[in-house]
Amino acid sequence: MSTARLTTQPIDSTSLIREVAADDRGAIVLFLGTVRNSNEGRPVNGIDYSAYDAMAVAEMQRIVSEAGSRFSGVAIALEHRVGTLSVGETSVAIACSHPHRAAALEANRYVIEELKRRVPIWKREHYLDGTSEWVDPLRRPAEAAP
Amino acid sequence: MTVRVLLFASYADAVGQNELTLELDDGSVVGDVVSRVREMAGGRALPPAPLLALNAAYSTSAAVVRAGDEVAIIPPVAGG
Repeated sequence: MSTARLTTQPIDSTSLIREVAADDRGAIVLFLGTVRNSNEGRPVNGIDYSAYDAMAVAEMQRIVSEAGSRFSGVAIALEHRVGTLSVGETSVAIACSHPHRAAALEANRYVIEELKRRVPIWKREHYLDGTSEWVDPLRRPAEAAP
Repeated sequence: MTVRVLLFASYADAVGQNELTLELDDGSVVGDVVSRVREMAGGRALPPAPLLALNAAYSTSAAVVRAGDEVAIIPPVAGG
């Protein structure tokens, strides 16, 4: 009923929607995470995503399984891309369907928040000035100080 | 016994390797792997208590490792 995977190819969000669509579904929620053109005021060219593949897939599967327990009846398709992405490209897509909207919305939020918290994926941002850095979300508040 | 150690992202850059093998005494724990890697050139860039995984699942530093296990030292994750 639910799937989670990594891909090196561009994400086709329509196919994720198709995976979770069914006649008994009254709500489908699609979340797309996309590469933003700046971070903390620095213009961004693109991002290299890398993962501990085996664990990332296992952890993503655990998350969609947990979401299925918390929000009974939800169907989820989760896909995260790795490799070099340009501004505007989709890095992660989550489609959740349920007979009713509340569970579909909440399940989608649960999956993206848990993914960001615990799935072993890293990103190296490439800036317009030619430099690049690994992104450390834990360090961000201090660095973001003006 | 031999265990496989995986490093990623900034930790792999710091040590200059993304995969290595370590010889450990029987009864060693995951935390011992961190200590050994921190003794290597560049290893001080790793925090003393990083996130850890044993055989592709999060683990504590007290988990006992066995021959052939795969220990991963996990930098702050940044997916999404």
